[in-house]
Amino acid sequence: MAEYNNWTIAEARDKLRAKEITSEELTLSCISAIDNADALGAFVHKTPDEAVDQAKSADLRLKQGDAPALCGIPIGVKDLFACKGVLTQAASKILEGFKPEYESTVTQNLKNAGAITLGKLNMDEFAMGSSNETSVYGNAINPWKVSDKVLTPGGSSGGSASAVAADLCLAAIGTDTGGSIRQPAAFTGIVGIKPTYGRCSRWGIVAFASSLDQAGPMCKSVRDTAIMLEPMCGFDNKDSTSSESKVPNFEAMLTGDIKGKKIGIPREYRLEGMSPQIESLWQDGADMLRAAGAEIVDISLPHTKYALPAYYVIAPAEASSNLARYDGVRFGRRATLSASENITEMYERSRSEGFGMEVQRRVMIGTYVLSAGFYDAYYNRARKVRSLIKKDFEDVFATGVDAILTPTTPSAAFELGKMESADPVEMYLNDVFTVTVNLAGLPGISIPAGLNSEGLPLGLQLIGRPWEEGDLMNIAYTLETATGYTKKPEKWW
Amino acid sequence: MSIDRATAARVAKLARIKVEESSLDSLASEFNQILGFIEQLNEVNVEGIEPMTSVSPQKLKRRIDQVSDGDQQDRVLSNAPDAREGFFAVPKVVE
Repeated sequence: MAEYNNWTIAEARDKLRAKEITSEELTLSCISAIDNADALGAFVHKTPDEAVDQAKSADLRLKQGDAPALCGIPIGVKDLFACKGVLTQAASKILEGFKPEYESTVTQNLKNAGAITLGKLNMDEFAMGSSNETSVYGNAINPWKVSDKVLTPGGSSGGSASAVAADLCLAAIGTDTGGSIRQPAAFTGIVGIKPTYGRCSRWGIVAFASSLDQAGPMCKSVRDTAIMLEPMCGFDNKDSTSSESKVPNFEAMLTGDIKGKKIGIPREYRLEGMSPQIESLWQDGADMLRAAGAEIVDISLPHTKYALPAYYVIAPAEASSNLARYDGVRFGRRATLSASENITEMYERSRSEGFGMEVQRRVMIGTYVLSAGFYDAYYNRARKVRSLIKKDFEDVFATGVDAILTPTTPSAAFELGKMESADPVEMYLNDVFTVTVNLAGLPGISIPAGLNSEGLPLGLQLIGRPWEEGDLMNIAYTLETATGYTKKPEKWW
Repeated sequence: MSIDRATAARVAKLARIKVEESSLDSLASEFNQILGFIEQLNEVNVEGIEPMTSVSPQKLKRRIDQVSDGDQQDRVLSNAPDAREGFFAVPKVVE
């Protein structure tokens, strides 16, 4: 079969509209790629029959002309999004067999725009993790490899990243609470954006930390990201925190002209002991933006150091509350009870059998920081620090800075199992550059910027002003063009 | 602040998660690692700073308080581990 699955959305859209190919052919090409890639552990629930049906409808729509940009484009969906009648488990045992009776707003928006859904993608359980190793389905695997080492695709949207990097689909959706789109995008050499908090409705997305969670696209290019983000956005009656801000035509904003833009380089992101390769990649990125006409300025975000500790109070606190709904009563898995066990024992055993270790840990930490006597010392203090972190960004933007350039991660993808013996805090450090953005509610994008000496992709992150995703993606597009990055992993699976 | 076995057990109880006696020590030690990391927040001067309640300045939208959906008993119960006669079924609650 001809291989179309390695196309970008932009390429496929143009060929679909020119009638050079049908969505059915394109979809079948992805289905075949998925069936040959079980070794990657990316797709955990495949829906090929639904996909082909959707493709046939898309072809009809395309034939009639005037089809939207995503019409006929096959994508993958993180297991966190409720899809009507399709297993939706947030990669957790506690949601074993759960088939929602409803569709998430974001997936519905994408379907309305004509996108084809190929199935559900692997992730860390309840999106808690940075390596996709906490999933009930087993690990997702990075298509990038160094000799015989098996690497993490990052997390929590590890399946989404792996699937896009391996060309199993044209694009995927992920969610980002502390870096869960941007870190895996960096580890797999793709583009991922977390939009401004409130851009996308959270309705129908399994909740982790409601004040931080946002959905976003994970794609093969900045242009694709712009095409895909637009239909995902918009106000939704079912999510009172979704924004009524106008959604612009993001793709039309990719002009490649960034003359006069002011790009900040935050000195607090220069970590002690940071890899010299990441340091020089960061410098190269700044030089390229300068060469494209931007002004590079040194900036300070003084509370950066406190972002991760604040996050590890706020996110578990919200998670402990959100995950209280998994009690073995209304949906999900209930422990098998003996006749003598009462309802409290049912709750306790259902939750200890159904939640993995990392989820249990975070729910309990959250319970602790919210408990009487500690609420002020931990939770309220963390929320005050969060105000200060947001103010750091506001102060910088007030000086005319348009965007901030940083590395996405402190390292390239690491080996699966490598962090097993590490204490939990060590794994949390993966999100050191990304978590500030969630705390401040800002848009952030990661683009692949080069390979390290082992031949693994490294990402750069751009952070934008609230609601300025269009401008942010234009700067990212300019940087993408300048880096000329086109590398793909060699197929071994 | 250090968490001992008894505190770990109390937190597990509050969170309605069953933790075996034999796991309490390692759980307490993990809590201490994480809380040790969180303690850094005590270095920050937060005097006069309001705790954040909403990351975006927008006001929450209001709607009219009226029923907009309903009559979906079968769909509501379709994922229940145990549903009988139109209700969720649980072990006996009142003796």
